[in-house]
Amino acid sequence: MLRILLIAVLSIGIAGTAYWGYREHQQKNAILIHAENNYQRAFHDLTYQIDLLHDQIGTTLAMNSRQSLSPALAEVWRLASEAHATVGQLPLSLLPFNKTEEFLSNIGSFSYRAAIRDLDKQPLNSEEYKTLQQLYKKSADIQQELRNVQHLVLENNLRWMDVELALATNNRPNDNTIIDGFKTVEKNVQSYNETDFGPSFTNVEKRTKGFEHISGKKITKEEAKQIAKTFLGLEGNEEIQVVHSGEGASDAFYSVTIKNPKTKSETYMDITEKGGYPIWVIENRPVNKQNISLNDATIRGLRFLKQHKFNNFELYESTQYDHVAVLTFVTAQNGVRIYPESIKMKIALDDGNIIGFSARDYLSSKRERTIPKPAISIEQARKKMNPNVTIMEERKAIIMNNVNQEVLCYEFLGTLGDDTYRIFINAQNGIEEKVEKLQNPEPIYGEI
Amino acid sequence: MRKWFICLFLIFSFSYTSQAHAFSKQVIQRGAVGDDVIELQARLQYLGFYRGKIDGVFGWRTYWALRNFQYKFKLPVDGLAGETTKQKLVRASKYYKSFVHSNLRKGNTFTHYGGIPLSKQVKVRQTKAKNQATATRTTNKQANKTASPQQTAVKRVKTAAVNVPNGFSQNDIQLMANAVHGEARGEPYIGQVAVAAVILNRINSPSFPNTVAGVIFEPGAFTAVADGQIWLTPNETSRKAVLDALNGWDPSSGALYYFNPNTATNGWIWSRPQIKQIGKHIFCK
Repeated sequence: MLRILLIAVLSIGIAGTAYWGYREHQQKNAILIHAENNYQRAFHDLTYQIDLLHDQIGTTLAMNSRQSLSPALAEVWRLASEAHATVGQLPLSLLPFNKTEEFLSNIGSFSYRAAIRDLDKQPLNSEEYKTLQQLYKKSADIQQELRNVQHLVLENNLRWMDVELALATNNRPNDNTIIDGFKTVEKNVQSYNETDFGPSFTNVEKRTKGFEHISGKKITKEEAKQIAKTFLGLEGNEEIQVVHSGEGASDAFYSVTIKNPKTKSETYMDITEKGGYPIWVIENRPVNKQNISLNDATIRGLRFLKQHKFNNFELYESTQYDHVAVLTFVTAQNGVRIYPESIKMKIALDDGNIIGFSARDYLSSKRERTIPKPAISIEQARKKMNPNVTIMEERKAIIMNNVNQEVLCYEFLGTLGDDTYRIFINAQNGIEEKVEKLQNPEPIYGEI
Repeated sequence: MRKWFICLFLIFSFSYTSQAHAFSKQVIQRGAVGDDVIELQARLQYLGFYRGKIDGVFGWRTYWALRNFQYKFKLPVDGLAGETTKQKLVRASKYYKSFVHSNLRKGNTFTHYGGIPLSKQVKVRQTKAKNQATATRTTNKQANKTASPQQTAVKRVKTAAVNVPNGFSQNDIQLMANAVHGEARGEPYIGQVAVAAVILNRINSPSFPNTVAGVIFEPGAFTAVADGQIWLTPNETSRKAVLDALNGWDPSSGALYYFNPNTATNGWIWSRPQIKQIGKHIFCK
């Protein structure tokens, strides 16, 4: 009797487990198919977009008048950026596929620049035409390779999930048709890498962060330790470690880690090898109350800068996050603000100590400069502005414009409706170099 | 009749508190948050200079309102609320502190203009929505508690808005904090800042997507995304690390990749030029 009962219970259990397992398996499959479909869509979208891109570049080559050329170039820009976004959806990040992405992004910024230009006054020059022709040829190669991969994928029923698995397990990924195909595309683009996009073109790389302008002799590990000690005002009982940077660093530096056994706080700092300048400092400790104001913190920050021979700085922006002040200072020369030369600081509002410092921007753009005389007056610059903007503040400033050149501008702070804008008018030719809407505080959502 | 009486009583009690409380000693400048800013905004609104929301964050609208006030009252126009400015402001305006604070706490929409009865300046938030909000909040809290009991509560400054780094929202910060927590929660603080900085470097690089979500959810880019660890509740440290990175600190020195040498299976990653090692991660170009 007992045995029969036991068998019955067990068989019900087995049947239940089997059913459960079957359901799980089905669910897993459904999710796998869903993910696979997403990848497939992205991949086929990409090939289609490259097709369109190639055709569109082709048509621009045939055009001459501004009326047709500008919209066509704008279309190239849109397609390139769409294709770029699509590449990002494919599981290729473990594959060296950067050059192709860079290529797409370069086509985008090239066509954008040309599209927004007044082509009547400044038509495409022969070099730019040559660039376009090369882009046309190169996009044809990419198109062909991708079509080839697409064909193989469709014919052999290849699945992107397998690619992901192959990449994740490093299981001889060279045998994978899709990976192979994409590697060929990449190689193709690489050969194109050196192409000159013409004089008006600057790479999309937003910041080239070299410290080319700093001078001084190379320092040793021991000297780096000394610099950290004086800069941070250490007492001498701290535990200090210094490590030299690896070969991939564009400018060699020392990383210093300081552990204070008394307060249990940790401070990290990087110092350039050449000249021994502090690049950045972060101290990690909790700051749980406020004793001094943001204004006091600003005064302390300025004093600290002066003490360490960072001269001619003034406050540009101050922001309070809970009990920490984040301050940005910029240099000013004869009343002209030099925005590229900025230093950031974090000051704890409990005891007013500096818990963060970053001079990366300052170090990469600091140099002796003579400020040119403006060619237009501030009244003329004012007339270039949108008449609906109420001007509240104005000054002269040097900024980096969007082709990475330093330009002297008139800076206007103005309001339009409820928002505040910062507008830069070039002081030589009156071009509106930059218009930014300044950030308003963000309301806290979902809280009462 | 009785209503009137209550109203009168309320106004009485408010005017009483308005005399008892005035600014603390600090000089208030743009970017500040807290009670002094709430009072500054309320007083400027009472006089009609400030037409924005009273939220306790000294933003651009407050700044222009303060400057206009200084101009009209023949003070030096510097946009700083110092001793004389505050005195003039206190003398010229009224501040119904308990009115402002209780409405801020309740999340009501309200204004604080002079010459209009206070009761006409409040739009009470619907109670139904409020109940829901409190309900979800408590469940959130419980979830947090069970997830990380060792998490220390950081005392936040109580305001209705917050400062955010230029070009990023609180949701972006949250998403990045999630990614950093999933990827590097066992790492030293500086390693977490560096991981956040890598995300930002990728956004700036032409070889990667150019949005926060695009970079984080790029298939295969981050293991924490692939195995779902990104949905763990992030702690305060990862949020702090993300803020540091967004504010411009980059301990990785421009790195685009990082990997754990003990677990990395991909041979290609070793061929990237290495910049430095922080904790268990090697950062490279």
